[in-house]
Amino acid sequence: MSDCRKNIRREPVTTCPPAPTESQPLLSVKGLRKYFPVKGGLLKRQIAAIQAVDDVSFEVRRGEVLGIVGESGCGKSTTARLLMRLIEPDAGQVIFDGKEVGMRDGMTVTDLRRHAQMVFQDSYSSLNPRLPVEDTIAFGPVVHGTARSKAKERARYLLNEVGLDPSRFGRRYPHELSGGQRQRINIARALALQPQMVFLDEAVSALDKSVEAQVLNLLLDLREEFNLTYVFISHDLNVVQYISDRVLVMYLGKVVEVGPIGDVYKEPAHPYTHALLSSRPSMDPEDRKKESPLSGDPPTPINPPSGCRFRTRCAFAEDVCARAVPALTPIRADGSWLAACHMIIPGSGHSRAAAINEATTGGTNG
Amino acid sequence: MAETMGLVQDVSATPSRVPPIVQVDDLHVRFVSKDATVYAVNGVSFTLDPGEVLCILGESGSGKSVTLRALMRLLPRKRAVINGRVIVDGHDILSLSTSALSRVRGEIVSMIFQEPMTALDPVYSIGEQITETVRRHEKIGRAAAEARALELLELVQIPSAKRRLKAFPHELSGGLRQRAMIAIALSCRPRVLLADEPTTALDATVQIQILLLLRQLQKELGMSVIFVTHDLGVAGEIADRITVMYGGRFVEEGPTTAVMRDPLHPYTRGLLASTVHGQMHRERLRTIEGSPPNMEMLPAACSFAPRCRYAVDRCLEGVPDLHRPFPNRSARCIRLEEIGSMT
Ligand SMILES: Nc1ncnc2c1ncn2[C@@H]1O[C@H](COP(=O)(O)OP(=O)(O)OP(=O)(O)O)[C@@H](O)[C@H]1O
Ligand SMILES: Nc1ncnc2c1ncn2[C@@H]1O[C@H](COP(=O)(O)OP(=O)(O)OP(=O)(O)O)[C@@H](O)[C@H]1O
Ligand code: SF4
Ligand SMILES: [Mg+2]
Ligand SMILES: [Mg+2]
Repeated sequence: MSDCRKNIRREPVTTCPPAPTESQPLLSVKGLRKYFPVKGGLLKRQIAAIQAVDDVSFEVRRGEVLGIVGESGCGKSTTARLLMRLIEPDAGQVIFDGKEVGMRDGMTVTDLRRHAQMVFQDSYSSLNPRLPVEDTIAFGPVVHGTARSKAKERARYLLNEVGLDPSRFGRRYPHELSGGQRQRINIARALALQPQMVFLDEAVSALDKSVEAQVLNLLLDLREEFNLTYVFISHDLNVVQYISDRVLVMYLGKVVEVGPIGDVYKEPAHPYTHALLSSRPSMDPEDRKKESPLSGDPPTPINPPSGCRFRTRCAFAEDVCARAVPALTPIRADGSWLAACHMIIPGSGHSRAAAINEATTGGTNG
Repeated sequence: MAETMGLVQDVSATPSRVPPIVQVDDLHVRFVSKDATVYAVNGVSFTLDPGEVLCILGESGSGKSVTLRALMRLLPRKRAVINGRVIVDGHDILSLSTSALSRVRGEIVSMIFQEPMTALDPVYSIGEQITETVRRHEKIGRAAAEARALELLELVQIPSAKRRLKAFPHELSGGLRQRAMIAIALSCRPRVLLADEPTTALDATVQIQILLLLRQLQKELGMSVIFVTHDLGVAGEIADRITVMYGGRFVEEGPTTAVMRDPLHPYTRGLLASTVHGQMHRERLRTIEGSPPNMEMLPAACSFAPRCRYAVDRCLEGVPDLHRPFPNRSARCIRLEEIGSMT
């Protein structure tokens, strides 16, 4: 692995990320946690816990696309499902549009599910096989109290918006559509309640490239037209780069890096981000990958390593990495780019970290 | 039927010194049921040299898996009608007896799949499965077969191989399961390995590990590999040659670099243009309008014509022949030269 430390700039930093400028974020997540119980033994008692999401905090600004990447099982889908309250968090605070979800003076889960919607990978299983697709799209609004005729009208409008002629496709059943067409129906359905935010969990992953291109074009058009905010989860690092304003990288239930897409892809600060991004096929047959950037498998989330969870696979790990959990720390003074690695925490004790005064006085050699 | 248009129609191709290990001539596969016939593979011909890696690229339903399975006659016997000729290492696959075929499977040619769980038996340990496979093909004792199993797990770089012999498939991660399946496929030292999207279900970090492993094994063991994928980047990492499939036919074939840099067939061009590459950010993507062909009708013309921006009436007059505008490259399109000068 090449030395990723050279990428790390030392700019003046404050100790905690400052509040984002001007407008309030549409979504703000603080200390989100979900441990799934593992039951066993004769009495089926809880014997362990899968630390699927552990102390996850981030913000999503209005109108932006936040990409989420990370290895299989690192907690991406669990995070999205927690935010939609499809599962209950063990701890944490979710603030949507300034109102805390689930609090008496905040936002109810029903309201949340009107303002935020989710689209999954499997376009087939998320549609009702016995309903014509236009009725599926109208279903949500009817449940939320819209008159049936009004809801139907909006369904047909949305079909048109996602590029399917309502008179040709409206009365069809899911099995009469192609995969790309079904995924368009899912997107139309997600938009039926006029949400502000859409979680897209591997929404284009099962599609052929040419169909994926259609759906990506569509998502960008709709975003502009309806002023949507997306959280875009995908294992396709190129597609995430294509669509996102910012990217959040997870490893074993934790956020390891978050920042502007261009910066993170150009100069990843966390060793895991670096390894992940260098794992992309080269696209140039004359210049093939010679060694894999990351060896081994992720450890089990039941018993994650102490300190930094990445340390068992990290080429830079030192004693401090086993002792202390590295906090998300600003790489840039304005707090727009953060990473959780002892190498960037001034005075952490890692041999590659800056000394404290050096960093706080303005990084003379940065 | 097709005009020459000044293109060299070199049928003899380049003479290769060694005879090919796989030779497929005019392969057709259709699935027949009461209600419909699906024309899955419609006249596929190609050769594979010893030690060569060929990637079959194409969209869902284009016939990639069926082509691969036909090479091992791994298709439902009642419903699949196979025509043509498939020769693998001198064996005429389509006319082999069942017992001869089961010997060829494993010893000459074996296959790995996208989802290892479908190929691994959940009730036996990895070690038992390899030992069993080895002993079915070779007359060796249990101890020798077990030693071979360990060797194989080490070959596919499974850490703590000795301990992993006793592991059951569900106890392994996706990447390790894929390695175990490769170990089983290699257990009888096949000369040809067929790989059907073996890295599609894996994440980036594991995918590159498995690709590098396959590349290394292929070199060390001198195997030939046919690798099915719909990911251009994967093909770029592993293939010597790429063939592009559309509507049950090979529509383009050529060396990897040439096909990726300078595609000939309008479908390949469309595929490349619609693929999101690294470094792209929100520029409008070009798409291929229309939908894939209905495989229940045997197309009597270029199957891509309804979606092709270059289509003219002539394209509908018959199935285009394979044109060879350059040495080692071919495409089934009658307008290659005109399109080439247009772009
Ligand atoms: N309902 C559940 N019960 C128990 N464990 C769960 C449950 N849902 C998820 N997990 C576990 O939590 C961890 C995180 O899973 P999650 O689905 O969020 O990962 P992911 O990042 O979305 O992975 P992928 O890329 O494979 O979709 C995994 O170890 C998973 O096995
Ligand atoms: N056992 C079968 N019976 C009937 N039709 C089949 C059978 N297997 C495949 N087909 C059909 O044959 C055609 C080619 O299928 P094939 O599995 O080869 O596609 P593919 O290119 O591998 O696609 P994918 O990328 O989705 O795996 C498809 O139309 C498919 O529905
Ligand atoms: S904290 Fe230590 S182990 Fe973790 S990524 Fe940084 S250097 Fe590696
Ligand atoms: Mg997931
Ligand atoms: Mg297939």
